Amino acid sequence: MNLTNYTDHAGEWLRGSGPHSDIVISSRVRLARNIAGFPFVKRASKRQRHEVLATCKERIVSDRLAPNILWVDLPQSPAMDRQLLVERHLISRQHANASDDAPRAVAVGADETFAIMVNEEDHLRMQVLRSGLQLSEAFDQINRIDDILEDQIDYAYAKRFGYLTACPTNVGTGLRVSVMLHLPALKITGEIDKVRRAARDMHLAVRGLFGEGSEAHGDLYQISNQTTLGKSEEEVLADFQNTIVPQIIAYEQQARQALMRHREAEFDDKLWRAWAILTHARVMGGEEVLSLLSHLRLAVNLGRVNRTDIRTINELFLLTQSAHLQKISGCEMDAPTRRAARARLLRQRLAGGDRS
Amino acid sequence: MKRKCDRCARPATHHSVEINQGQKIEKHLCDQHASEEGLAIKSINTPINELLTNFVKIHSSDEPERRTTGGACENCGLTFAQFRKDSLLGCPDCYKAFEEPLSNLLERAHEGGTHHIGKVPRRAGAGEQRQAMLMRMRKQLNAAVVGEDYELAARLRDDINRFEEETT
Ligand SMILES: [Zn+2]
Ligand SMILES: [Zn+2]
Repeated sequence: MNLTNYTDHAGEWLRGSGPHSDIVISSRVRLARNIAGFPFVKRASKRQRHEVLATCKERIVSDRLAPNILWVDLPQSPAMDRQLLVERHLISRQHANASDDAPRAVAVGADETFAIMVNEEDHLRMQVLRSGLQLSEAFDQINRIDDILEDQIDYAYAKRFGYLTACPTNVGTGLRVSVMLHLPALKITGEIDKVRRAARDMHLAVRGLFGEGSEAHGDLYQISNQTTLGKSEEEVLADFQNTIVPQIIAYEQQARQALMRHREAEFDDKLWRAWAILTHARVMGGEEVLSLLSHLRLAVNLGRVNRTDIRTINELFLLTQSAHLQKISGCEMDAPTRRAARARLLRQRLAGGDRS
Repeated sequence: MKRKCDRCARPATHHSVEINQGQKIEKHLCDQHASEEGLAIKSINTPINELLTNFVKIHSSDEPERRTTGGACENCGLTFAQFRKDSLLGCPDCYKAFEEPLSNLLERAHEGGTHHIGKVPRRAGAGEQRQAMLMRMRKQLNAAVVGEDYELAARLRDDINRFEEETT
């Protein structure tokens, strides 16, 4: 298995299945761990970082964890491959773009549900990513991986502070829970700022999946906990599963109903225009595609447009990004060529569209 | 924010601090005014960076908080000031070295959380439980010896030996 297999399909988390998958794209659970006896990554010497890398590789790439784990040494990987891994949410931008000779790697499970970054900010950053609202399933999986590794590695751990991490904002459980939500109706109705404010009051971080600052192209928002000390894993998960996510889902659904009731014609027009442009455009920009796909996704979820399905749309969010487009085409492309290739891919994949 | 020259509107490129009879005199001058003052000649030998570092050192020494942040981590050498720059600690021992100054920061970052109440790694947990158990048994043994109950003491000694063998 290698990275070229990655270009014709998306990971499990974009399958568009799982509970509440109309609004919850995916659930992600991440643990930060460090190995006892070593400085944290940034302060470790190159030799020490190589040692950490070798120790981890031996334990991770064994059948105890899972069969067919893909191990990618990042300094040796072409920039395009690293970008591909970023687009697939398997490594962070920071991990991809660290200096060329920084010893670091990522291990990826066969179905991409889990990935382990080695020598990012912490020695180990492991994540499980699943489609829909599957937080407890995701946590069970990451917890199992953690147990297996802990059997063979001494983690840096202290009674008072728990799992010790390079940045004190992760110390304790080292657990970061994130859900990726599609909230187009809250955006159209201007209610999204209320969600942001409420989330901030609850000590949650809200980030647009695409875009900087408060921009959220494609209306995709990632909501994560920020507290890792003084709260158990179960408490954090329960907050998300029972309170935070259901409330936002209900709010988004209300906004969708309100749009259909009070502004039906304008609303339908917006949705059908998205379909029309996506299936007929000859040149498509990277930001434009996100907002159009967002509206099309909403249209399909509400049954207003029936000519494609959620899985196809989810995959297009991924496959229309730069590195994926170029991998699919098998060559590097400049921006104008990418825009044309993006439009072509959309016409091909959206069944019923103009295929010329 | 860039500091302006004491004598004109140009940016100050030369900084100096003199202590004269207990009075601190700071000078911030542009290239031209510095050369008039005779400072620029010094800076030919002293690179500007070094000059700035000296300047910063003198300044930070009168910050009272320096006392509370203490020295460096004995294990990795990181200072609290270095930690402040990028919010990254150097090694696991830093948590001990900076426990006091970190406490406030952690409380603010974690909704008042000060102690870990989540998962305990099986091994660390076992280690801690084992240590606590051994501590209890040794205390009982000590009490038995002090109370001259040698029969009990012998039994406890056997228990401890067996416990140590079982759990290692
Ligand atoms: Zn001047
Ligand atoms: Zn340290």
